[in-house]
Order: sequence, then C-alpha cells, then structure tokens
Amino acid sequence: MSGYNFAYLDEQTKRMIRRAILKALAIPGYQVPFASREMPMPYGWGTGGVQVSAAVLTPEDRFKVIDQGADDTTNAVSIRRFFERTAGIATTTATRDATVIQTRHRIPEEPLREGQILVYQVPIPEPLRFLEPRESETRKMHSLAEYGLMHVKLYEDISRHGHIATTYAYPVKVEERYVMDPSPIPKFDNPKLSDCAAIQLFGAGREQRIYALPPYTTVASLDFDDHPFDPSRADHPCGLCGSVETYLDEVIMDDAGGRMFVCSDTDHCETRQNAGYRGKDAG
Amino acid sequence: MTPLLSVQGMTRSYGNHLGCSDVSFDLYPGEVMGIVGESGSGKSTLLNCLAGHLTPDAGSVIYDTRGHGPRDTVTMSEPERRMLGRTDWAFVHQRASDGLRMGVSAGGNVGERLMAIGNRHYGDIRGHAIDWLDRVEIDAGRIDDRPVTFSGGMQQRLQIARNLVTGPRLVFMDEPTGGLDVSVQARLLDLLRGLVRDMGLSAIIVTHDLAVVRLLADRLMVMKSGRVVEHGLTDRVLDDPQHAYTQLLVSSVLQV
Amino acid sequence: MIELRNVSKTFTLHNQGSAVINVLAHVDLDVRPGECVALTGSSGAGKSTLMRMIYGNYMARSGVIRVGGVDLVQAEPREIIRIRRETLGYVSQFLRVVPRVPTLQVVAEPLRAIGAPPDRAEAQARDLLTRLNIPRRLWSLSPTTFSGGEQQRVNIARGFVHPYPALLLDEPTASLDPENRDIVLGLIETAKQRGAAIVGIFHDTDARNRVCDREIDVGRFTPEQAA
Repeated sequence: MSGYNFAYLDEQTKRMIRRAILKALAIPGYQVPFASREMPMPYGWGTGGVQVSAAVLTPEDRFKVIDQGADDTTNAVSIRRFFERTAGIATTTATRDATVIQTRHRIPEEPLREGQILVYQVPIPEPLRFLEPRESETRKMHSLAEYGLMHVKLYEDISRHGHIATTYAYPVKVEERYVMDPSPIPKFDNPKLSDCAAIQLFGAGREQRIYALPPYTTVASLDFDDHPFDPSRADHPCGLCGSVETYLDEVIMDDAGGRMFVCSDTDHCETRQNAGYRGKDAG
Repeated sequence: MTPLLSVQGMTRSYGNHLGCSDVSFDLYPGEVMGIVGESGSGKSTLLNCLAGHLTPDAGSVIYDTRGHGPRDTVTMSEPERRMLGRTDWAFVHQRASDGLRMGVSAGGNVGERLMAIGNRHYGDIRGHAIDWLDRVEIDAGRIDDRPVTFSGGMQQRLQIARNLVTGPRLVFMDEPTGGLDVSVQARLLDLLRGLVRDMGLSAIIVTHDLAVVRLLADRLMVMKSGRVVEHGLTDRVLDDPQHAYTQLLVSSVLQV
Repeated sequence: MIELRNVSKTFTLHNQGSAVINVLAHVDLDVRPGECVALTGSSGAGKSTLMRMIYGNYMARSGVIRVGGVDLVQAEPREIIRIRRETLGYVSQFLRVVPRVPTLQVVAEPLRAIGAPPDRAEAQARDLLTRLNIPRRLWSLSPTTFSGGEQQRVNIARGFVHPYPALLLDEPTASLDPENRDIVLGLIETAKQRGAAIVGIFHDTDARNRVCDREIDVGRFTPEQAA
C-alpha cells in the first residue's frame, strides 16, 4: 500500500468530507454540498460512496461492498480491491462481520446493528428533480418544506397505472421534515431505512451531495391515505435457500424461458444455505 | 369595509430604467380592476411586484389575510408569502406553459395545490380535479392527458382551474386572453366572468386589450411610462377619457 | 330619487389642439319616485350626454348628481357599480354583451348580479322574454346575431328584469313595431306605478305623451359659447 495516503484521499479532503457527514447527520435527510474529488473510476461507479467510505474508514475496520445485493459483481469487487490496496484494511462478504458496508441499490437482509455504517452510492440525490429541474427552486422547496410536488409524482403514478408504480428510489420523508431520495434501492427495502441501528450515509459524487440518517431515525415512505405504501416482493420463495421474506432477483436459466427466483442478497442466501435451508432449485 | 388589497407607493426600477413609480390603490372584495397601457408602460412590472414575484424598491402591499388581518406582503417572510401564493392568491400567466406543468396530466396539474396544502387522499383529489375540469368546460375524459395535447384555449382554462381549486380570494392575471383566437377569447372571458361572480373573486387584470377590460373589469387604471395617468370606473374611462394618453389609446382602437 | 344640482359638462380634446367643448352648464333636475321625465331638444343638444352623466358613464365637470342618495360625481367606482346593480337601470340604444352568452343568461344577469339564485333569475327572464315576444327558439342563442328590434327588446328585458328604483331609457321604442312598442310602454307604466323614477329620451311623440309626466328641454342648459 506504499505510495497512497490511507484510503487514497489526502487528509484535508477526508476532513472536508467528514465535516459534511457530521452536518448531514445533524440534519437528517438534508443534502449537504461537498467538494467532490476526481476518483480513479468513472462517475456512476460509486464515486460518491467511495469518498464517503474513504472518509469514515479506519485501519481497524472490516469492509464489505455489495452491488444489487451481491459481493461478487464487477463494481463490488473493484471497490473492495480499491480499499484493500489503498487502505490495507480487512474485507469480508459477511454482513454480520462488516463494520463499514458500501452498497449500490440494496440494504442487506440481515438487520444492521449499532456500530455499523452503511454507505449508499447515489446517482441523483434530488427527489424533486423529476418535476422541478431548477436547483434554486428545489432548494427553496426543501427549505420551506413545500413538498406537494412529490405527491404529484405519486398521483401521476396512480392515474396512469392504477397504483403507485414507483418500485425503486421510492421517496421518503425523514423525521417529518426533509423529503429524501433513498438511492435506487427497491421499495421493498424502504422499511429497513427507518429506526435502523446503524449509521446510514449517502454519497452522490457527480452531484456533490452527502446526506445521512443517524441511528434510529424515523423514515416514512410517502403515500396516499387511500393508496398506502406497499413494500411488495415477488410472490415466490428463494430457489436456493427457500426464504419467503427476502428480496428476490429473477434469473433466466435457458433459452426456453426457464427461470428461477433467488435472493438478491448473496451473503444472506449463502448463510441460510450453510445453516441447512434449501429451496426447490438448490442442487 | 376593509380593502382586500391596499397598495401604497409601489415603485420599482431596473437600473436607470423605470418600471413603475409610486402606484397606489385599494382593491375591495369582489372588485375586478384592469390595468391597461402599452408595452413598457410598467403594467407587468407592477403586477409582478403585487404578486410577490418581484421585490419592489419601495412601497407596501397590504393584504387582508384570512388568519391575521391586514399584513404587508412585501415584508412578510418568504414562506408566508409563498403560502399565500398557492392558497389565497392565484396567478394566471399569459402563456399557459408558464403556469402549468406540461409534463404532468391535467388532473395532476389541478391537484397540485391541494397536495401542497396537505390533501393526502387520491380519490378526493381526483374528485376535485374532475369537478374543476367540468367548471372550466374541459371534458372529464381528458383528466389523464397532458396539457401538451390540449388546444391553447383549453390550456388556459386548465391553468385557471389549477389556480382556483384552493378557492383563492385574489387572482392576478397577465394578459389572460393574449395569443388566443378571437372566438376562444370570448369563451374564456365569459368563463372568467362567471367564476368571478360565482366565487366572489377579486382580480387584477393586466392587458392591452380594451375589450377585455370592458367586459371583465369594474374599474380601470391607465399606465404610461411607469405612472398611473388615469383611474376610474371602466366604462367612464373608456367612454369619457380625461387624460391625453387615454384619449389617444381609446381613439386608436379600430371600430368593428 | 334622481337629483341634479348645477351640473356642467365639458369635453377637452387633448389630441385635437386641446379644444374645449362646453356641452352643458347649470343643469338642475329632480325626478321623484313614480315620475317619468322626458329629455327633449334638438339633436346635439346633449340629451344623451346628460343621461350618460346620470349613469356615471360620463364625468361631470362640476355639480352634484345624486341617485338614491349617492353623489355619483364624487363616488368611488365600487359605489357607482353598487348603485347600478341595485338602484339605477339603464336601457341604452345599443346592446353590448359578451359574445356566445345565450339570451336567457343575458337577461337574467342583472338578477344574478344581486345574488338571485339561477333558477329564479331565469324564470323571471323567461317571463319577460315571453312578454316581449322574443321567440323561445332564440333564447339559447347569443343576441349578437339578432335583428335590431329583437336586440332592443332583449335590452329592454335586461333593463326591466330587476325592479330598479331609478331607470334611464334611451329611445326604448325606436325600432319597434306597434305591438311591441305598446308592450314596452306598458312596462314603463308598470314601473312608474311601482314607484320608479324614470328619465327618458323619446323621439316618438305619442310614446312620450303617453308615459311622460313632463318634459325638460336640454337646449336650455346649452352654455353661451365664447366667441
């Protein structure tokens, strides 16, 4: 690991990011601007999350990276390697053993505990962007808590599809104050945002924003009285571990349309299989 | 009777260029006032200062709020002013695309203000939207269509519905019939007249079309070079103009 | 009910060398409830100008014009509008309406303006239109396309649908056939009986003689023109 400062970023930059993180924790759900750095990877590959991880990692940490729930995809592997090389820290694929988890598009199935930090990679941090393109206006809407527009988006969903068709990046309201984009996690994961024991940090590199949820923050998914929030999941058990409580990926098996449903959280699925649980497609 | 709106010494300039200067008037509940003048006379500047879209250099806009009586909207906090702007006030833009969300369905456009003030019942919001589309003579079957698919007149009527759904007491209109076909204008004017009467609305209408103010406005303010040159009962100003500029304005209209 | 004191009227034509035209001076006039006064005088004497001043449509240069206790020369626009809505009716020679509005609504509007429920306002409008022989098939059409006589009768219906305590009539029978003329004169007589104070311009001498209690020659208010 010679040739790099610990975790790649220089100490001044990490201090700057930590200050942004502390501010974000002090105002849950509020988007704090920060001076995002060029990272040795393209935007869209988690540069925001990587900078946040770099700022919070210590030499004693055990680091886990997941992409859509999996530890073994290109994105997850390369970020894990990046910190192995630049910080020399220990890594793991076990949610339980990790102290810092960087994630793209999922929250682990295993409930997080106190002392853990979950770092989200965020492409577009502004939940109001869809309907109001002016940054000056969305900032004003946040500062004045003018969130009618967010419900217009949900209204449009229902009028077009008969139900709220937003299935990921489903907007939430934090402690009854700021409306927040939870990053493109499936809405199935939304309930896990609330009252979580771990610290949750959100980093958007290209958009230069950091926001956060301190432990045990109340996070409510937006909805209508007559169309309440529904964290739906595919109506199947996992083909490998048989779980009926986890978020599933649909995997196409052959050219004949054969398919199976498996847990998107690979660590959770393997842990269950090792404990003896079996699904109908398990070998 | 307390005026709904009391404007004192409204002044706004752009550098050396004068927007409007020392404009004062009272508007009473149910009154409709027209502001006419040529382009650059300051009438739009004045309207935008009154509606809180522009900050005046001097002057006050005292509005008789529902909760707290007369308040100066120029000095009140921005959240309060914006709250007024989406509940008790309405603003109808000349170009419907400035006052509508073109990417959102007609129903969503009408429902936005309701959601902004906390309505969280989809069926209820939709019911209001259908009711309002009907009141502005838009077929309820178009509720899920986007305004881009509407004609100019329909867009303008949708903008009006979107503005009036929260039952405002004061409506600002900037050339509401500008850019519309003459036949469409008449329908819109008739609709506005009916709504003003039935809802007891007060309104301030900026236009350069004297026919519009004759039909809609109780009283008229004539502006030239940022100043009010004549002010009075609409038909009196139009039929017996006193100021040289008003006489010129009235005599310049082609008779049909 | 209608009271004018020392009223004068000038027109200043700013765009024609600021020419000042003195039209009327020292006008005094009183019209009591139930009385109908005819304005007479040669063309250009100022009959219509005087009537328009009483309606608040023209600005008096000086004097007092009191209708129902309110001085229209000094009154705020909203006061004049209230007087016009409640107290002072005006049947002009020309019909001025929003295009596309059906005749029935045009006639019912004065009642709607004082807060009458739509069904009652329309019932009274229908009643008057029937009496004035406007064919029922025209009621749902805009009067803008009607003949001159039909337009005038719509105008009259509008002026009589609400029992104004004061009425101004500008040539109400001008383009009517004998039968409809008789009906309109009947309406005027009924209005007088209920106590309306009426000022009218009638070129039709027989009509004038039938409904008017006295005549005022407006010519006597014509000021001495400076040489």
